[in-house]
Amino acid sequence: MKKVLCLVLTLCMVLALAACGGNSGGTPADSGSQTPASTPDAQPAGDTNSGLITVGVINNDPNESGYRTANDAAMRAMFTEANGYKATFYNNNDAAQQIATAQQMIQDEVDFLLLSPASTTGWDSVLQDAQAAGTQIILFDRMLEADESMYVAAVVSDMPAEGKTAVDWLAAQGLSEYNIIHIQGHMGSDAQLGRTGALDEKVSAEASWNYVTQQTADWDEATARTITQSVIDSGKPFNVIYAENNGMARGAVAALDAAGITHGKNGDVIVMGFDSDKWAMEAVLEGSWNYMGLCNPLQAETVDSIIKDLVAGTAPAQKIIYTPEQGFEAATITQADVDTYGT
Amino acid sequence: MKTSVKEPETQVKRPDESLFKRLTRQQLFIPVAALTLLVLFNLIADPSFFAVSIKENSLGNPVLSGNIISVLDNASELVILAIGMTLVTASSGGQDISVGATMAIAGSVILRMVCGTEVTADTLHMPLILAVLIGIFVSMLFGAFNGTLVAYFKIQPMVATLIMFTAGRSIAAWINNNQLPIMNDISFKYAGTFLPGIPVPTPIFITAFMILVFWLVLKFTNLGLYTQSVGINANSSRLNGLDPQMIKLLTYVILGVCVAVAGFIRVSRSGSINYSRIAENIEMDAILAVALGGNALSGGKFNIYGSILGAYVIQFLTTTLYKYDVPSTALPAYKAVVVILLVVLSAPVVREKLAGMKKAPAKAAKGVS
Repeated sequence: MKKVLCLVLTLCMVLALAACGGNSGGTPADSGSQTPASTPDAQPAGDTNSGLITVGVINNDPNESGYRTANDAAMRAMFTEANGYKATFYNNNDAAQQIATAQQMIQDEVDFLLLSPASTTGWDSVLQDAQAAGTQIILFDRMLEADESMYVAAVVSDMPAEGKTAVDWLAAQGLSEYNIIHIQGHMGSDAQLGRTGALDEKVSAEASWNYVTQQTADWDEATARTITQSVIDSGKPFNVIYAENNGMARGAVAALDAAGITHGKNGDVIVMGFDSDKWAMEAVLEGSWNYMGLCNPLQAETVDSIIKDLVAGTAPAQKIIYTPEQGFEAATITQADVDTYGT
Repeated sequence: MKTSVKEPETQVKRPDESLFKRLTRQQLFIPVAALTLLVLFNLIADPSFFAVSIKENSLGNPVLSGNIISVLDNASELVILAIGMTLVTASSGGQDISVGATMAIAGSVILRMVCGTEVTADTLHMPLILAVLIGIFVSMLFGAFNGTLVAYFKIQPMVATLIMFTAGRSIAAWINNNQLPIMNDISFKYAGTFLPGIPVPTPIFITAFMILVFWLVLKFTNLGLYTQSVGINANSSRLNGLDPQMIKLLTYVILGVCVAVAGFIRVSRSGSINYSRIAENIEMDAILAVALGGNALSGGKFNIYGSILGAYVIQFLTTTLYKYDVPSTALPAYKAVVVILLVVLSAPVVREKLAGMKKAPAKAAKGVS
């Protein structure tokens, strides 16, 4: 009896897992994030007969944030057979796993290796192997520390510029005093360093700019809410929330709402977020948030045109291409912006 | 809660025992002492920590606000997890490290149910209670999966639950086609924020309800006794007519229920989910709560109220650290120092030493006279 029960339950779980796996294989848009390199979605092995360009795409975990989900989906939608590619995808937030997979892909002789490195260092051997094997490397979304000659192009976000744009916008608001709750992302990540850097510089330069608190919420909404709640509970005055991504800004806003503190266009507290989520842009449009710094996740098209050019024999005009980015503020944002840039 | 809960006096009181020794022998000594210390520290450093005021939230409802309310509110998920984790620890002598990941699964299922196939839904596509029940059911299945591996295949709990720890968040993402659903219907957020017209955060009620349910279950059923006897000696329990495997499985399924309720509170707070960040590392806090409660992590005798107090201590500590603006990067280190102190103090070896130390001078004094 118990044996049967245990068998049934085990089978049930195994089948449930298998079912999940089956689905993910069918539609490229929702492939499993942890798919190991040994079971690629498509076999890349340099088949030139088919006329398809083989690419290996190494990205971070699509569940990390709304930004990454959009980024990953765009890459998967672009690099399909219909667009002339035979693509293998790999997602992991662990740089060591990414490196191992990259080496595997180079051995499989992909034509192009598209890379969004989880860390900026440790890629030297991959870059050298790629050069030796004739695989061309294109970086997207994130930079890595290497000589420019090691990759053919980089289509990346300019994080320090994003931070600077946001801080300049905040300075232009002309408040007599800036008491800022600064909620940081994962410490040491490209996005955190860029977005924190600009604000840190301003706060240390201006006497009227102060941090009420500066804490990392590690991109987590619940932690951001707790941090904001604790400032509210302590009774310290504040008038700016500078959250380094939209999820954390939403967490902070939840704490404001619970305490009945007004925010947004006509509110007491300025709310600022980053990335490209549609719901966040809608919040700015509604005026419940003041600002969202766009971090454009859609690099797939630019990467695609670079590859097509390279195949045709033209090298890209610039090595490092920054994706067009801007800040949206409640006063000027339009529905068209939301539809164009929201993901 | 903390004053009404007394461990049944199993020890024979000896008149020559010092009060200190009797106190330290109590299982609840450490969590109560830690809580008292934290309360004292805050009282001395800044009594305004305990100020509770009534504010009006953005919907125009009067709500209670203050650090104490925040602690009680934010500890909810952890307290509920700690209850289930205590039972699992007691019966199987190991811990379930997949609770954070299965919380993501439960939350994802609930959101999938109420959002239907829409990514951003403005109305509930299904009665909330039904969605939560489905979430609980799915979570129980995953609990049963873990429990089966532990009870019938005799795999170490930490290794068995490592499977879900690794795969859980990906499964949660699959359930929603790798999209991040958002539920805008205000009634979905009642469970994580406030019910209209009620100034106390709803998670506090849910937690109180869960504690009440487990109090009744432990009082009126043999679950507690059976769990303890299986944890102490599975073989002799079997010889006495119990089914140790079934009881181990049962505790994992019960933990599944706790996980689903905690996951529901968490997604209800914001109406959305971020698979790789939601309830990250909460399993470690849950295990810590069990340890702080003076429960042996190797199983056997347990005190569920110790774990509950332990969970509140952890949240109290976190809130205190935030209040004093401990630099964000240093926060985990501060927490670790306090945790090490508490855990070392709650270790039976140290507690016996402590009791002995108090006794030794007394003996010496006697010798002189």
